[in-house]
Amino acid sequence: MTAVTTPPKKQAQRGQPGQSSPKLAYLPILFLAFAIGIPLLIIVVYSFLEKPSQGTGVKWVFTLENYKALFIQEKLDGTTVLDTRYIKVLWTSFYYSIITTVVTLVLSIPVAMWIATRDARKRNLLVALVTLPFWISILIRTYGMRQIIADEGPIGKFLGLFDISFSILYTPTATILGLIYVFLPFMILPIYASAERFDFRLAEAAYDLGAKRMTVVRRVILPSIRPGVISGIALVFIPALGSFLQSDMLGGGKTNMVANVIANNFGQARNWPFGSALAVLLIVLTLLFVLIMQGAAKKRGDKVELV
Amino acid sequence: MSHSQTASRKRGKLVNLRNFPGFNPTAWFVLFFLYSPLLYVVIYSFNSSRIGAVWESFSVKWYGKVFENTDIQRALKNSLQVGFVATVLSTILAVMAALGLLRMQRAGKAVAMALIGAPLIIAEIVLAVGTLGLFIAVGVPLGKVGLIVAHTAFCIPFALLPIRARLSQLDMAPFEAASDLGANEREILRRITLPLLAPAIFAGALLAFAISIDDFITSFFVAGPGATTLPVYIFGMIRSTVTPEVNAISTLLLLFSGSVLIGSYLIQRKRR
Amino acid sequence: MASNKRRRASYVAALAAAGALLLSACGGGSTEGEDIGASGEFPTSGSGVVNVYNWTDYIDPEELKRFTAETGIEVILDTYDSNETLLAKLQSGATGYDVIVPSDYMVEQMIELNLLQNIGVSSFPNGGNIKDNLMDVYWDPGRNYTAPWNYGTTGIACNFAAEPECANIKSWKDYFTAGLDKMDSLKDQVEVVSAALRATGVGPDDLCTTDKAKYIAAEELLAGFKPAVIESDGGIERVTAGTSNVRHAWNGSTHRMTEENPDVQFIYPSEGLNLWADNLAVPVGAPNLDNAKIFINWMMDAKAAGAQSNFSGYDNGIKGSDAFMNESLKTDPAVVVPADKQALISPLPNCDEEARELYTQVFTTWTTGQ
Repeated sequence: MTAVTTPPKKQAQRGQPGQSSPKLAYLPILFLAFAIGIPLLIIVVYSFLEKPSQGTGVKWVFTLENYKALFIQEKLDGTTVLDTRYIKVLWTSFYYSIITTVVTLVLSIPVAMWIATRDARKRNLLVALVTLPFWISILIRTYGMRQIIADEGPIGKFLGLFDISFSILYTPTATILGLIYVFLPFMILPIYASAERFDFRLAEAAYDLGAKRMTVVRRVILPSIRPGVISGIALVFIPALGSFLQSDMLGGGKTNMVANVIANNFGQARNWPFGSALAVLLIVLTLLFVLIMQGAAKKRGDKVELV
Repeated sequence: MSHSQTASRKRGKLVNLRNFPGFNPTAWFVLFFLYSPLLYVVIYSFNSSRIGAVWESFSVKWYGKVFENTDIQRALKNSLQVGFVATVLSTILAVMAALGLLRMQRAGKAVAMALIGAPLIIAEIVLAVGTLGLFIAVGVPLGKVGLIVAHTAFCIPFALLPIRARLSQLDMAPFEAASDLGANEREILRRITLPLLAPAIFAGALLAFAISIDDFITSFFVAGPGATTLPVYIFGMIRSTVTPEVNAISTLLLLFSGSVLIGSYLIQRKRR
Repeated sequence: MASNKRRRASYVAALAAAGALLLSACGGGSTEGEDIGASGEFPTSGSGVVNVYNWTDYIDPEELKRFTAETGIEVILDTYDSNETLLAKLQSGATGYDVIVPSDYMVEQMIELNLLQNIGVSSFPNGGNIKDNLMDVYWDPGRNYTAPWNYGTTGIACNFAAEPECANIKSWKDYFTAGLDKMDSLKDQVEVVSAALRATGVGPDDLCTTDKAKYIAAEELLAGFKPAVIESDGGIERVTAGTSNVRHAWNGSTHRMTEENPDVQFIYPSEGLNLWADNLAVPVGAPNLDNAKIFINWMMDAKAAGAQSNFSGYDNGIKGSDAFMNESLKTDPAVVVPADKQALISPLPNCDEEARELYTQVFTTWTTGQ
């Protein structure tokens, strides 16, 4: 989780609760190296190995074929062509995630600002309402969405009254809608956290000095919620990119996002090395995105730290 | 309606900002959007029809089915067992990590943060299949033990979040006073640090538990026979044909999540 | 290859009258299995659990309850969506399953890979209940590793009321090129690719061809086939709810759709269709071997097999089970193959590795090209 904070004042090292020695951290680090580090290493190693003749698992023979297969297809007729299928899968994942991020952002700024400008009691209730979905299984929320947007669901029935046909389940639209639905609170909350700290007297001062409403928004309000926006983008975009359930349940089981293709290669398709190569590519692209975000935030003087 | 201090001071202008055009309807639309699928699930869990989308009549028979269904109970038991153990382990490890990291050298800290941050940044599917590879390599049978290891690992960063946030806000005076009075490291930890961190540790544990209980992908890949967790079981149900029963379990889970949240809120308020 | 073909030929002979099995077996009456323990070595009593790994929505929960009540063994059920998923799970170290349900060709693969245990099924107390024509099957001659479970065919389910085009779907080619909304496909490489091969003119005896040109033609046909859903699970729900109208479907699931909605009917594609036979088997490393044997033997009882067929909608390989079957099942042309359709049926292709690899390639190209 990329949390963006303005740098805190340097604190004296003496007398900190961290009198406790750094040795305390060795056990958790060791454990994480085992349970997180080694699995990642294994995926990297797998991606350079051959697929055994029986499918599942790996054959310990070094090869670069899996990476080649991401971009070049040896067709059945013996010709090799540029393979756009996996590029397309990656692009689809990016494209869905970008739309999800943009839509959640556009919806969240007004909502966060609106909540921040309610009075205290109402504000707490609203924050609780936005937080609650965090605690509800993503599976169940996605399933609820599937029932709502099913052809014979409530929207379909309502539009049916006006003879408008409604059929979006098992299309990309449904997947994107599911992503927006599931990740929306991840965008609202960090923006709200920033907006809550915003001193609305600044906006008033700007009004008093004769600024137009849009100018106030652009020059005063938006800059002050920027850390929340950056956090929100990271919190929505990164998990959306690797999401599995939404495309599986709402997209009709067609393997059109990268996580589904990886899962399929470790399941029915039984090609672990190729699935691993795709996973490595996904890791690299995700890290690239994080670095870009960090770079962008640093330029603006915000400090971005992981966790 | 009680207004904040600022609001009452400059009511005219603020009303202007409060009622920014479009904010109000957007907010209500978003709340509606967030809750209508959940509401649908709750309402249709009381539908007697077997076909999900057709309302027949009010009935609680699907709840009866859920309570009769031993598979669901077993899956729930697995989820709770794995969730509980993973929560305890990940919270302990997170506290240790949070305290140890404070005094760690730069390089070590960078490695540690990379490992802790990995589950938040790297797609879960990648870690899931990697963990499968690990268990095969080490010979861990697919089952609850493996599940607990995997869940503990990805719960640590979530447990850590509130603990680190709290640590950075702590007032240093008690620590300085204690060490001036000659208290040793262990005493400070036990008598000052941990009590001060308690609400954050509780919040972290709650977060870890929620993440573990909700996990699907990792459990799907590394849960072997007999270790099916509730999300994996529900996923299987959704894929087959028993729709209304899923709505009933979902409603029960909603109720559970809601009461855990309210309960923890009440506990925390009492503590304050 | 040659031996493959020969074995396949004998299987074809054995099941030539598969569709008529139900009818011909009528009047056989029930042959209640002997009590467990009648045969010397057979485990007598059970306790604890049996971990069953079966296809989704393929086993009657009421029968499982009855099994537990009668034997004291609790059933833990886990599900999968294809033979390949089952194989993947077993190969990736899921050793805790006691009973699995692979189809014919997969049994042969699994025996070759040493994944199954020889448990001497035919000498089980209920071993005598195995239908004669399902005894000497190519994947397990004499029935040592496996007990017969359900068998059926794979064709097309169509909702004739909701989709008028159903009347024009007579073949696989029609199905793949229909281009309708609300189309639905299995996610099963053997079924999808073999149907595409048939649609492009490959005969039933040649479905394991290694002639790449034939796969290229199938690939080209599939390139234009973009169903709304590609999923083996949940088809019954989607079709009965009206989310899908045309589906590549097993006959038993189609029977269940017809029960819910008589407008849904099973289509026998003119290029022919696959006959498959599923089996109960015990994987190597099963922790509860005795319970697994008790479970398999119990399921080979005529009453249990009949009840199971009533639930799943397929015929089964147990003598006398028809006495316990619903009338609607015994008269559904989807389940009981009509005389004029018998010639269309041929077994699920059991291909060697080279052909399997080609199947995988065509299937992957299709699914990732969606």
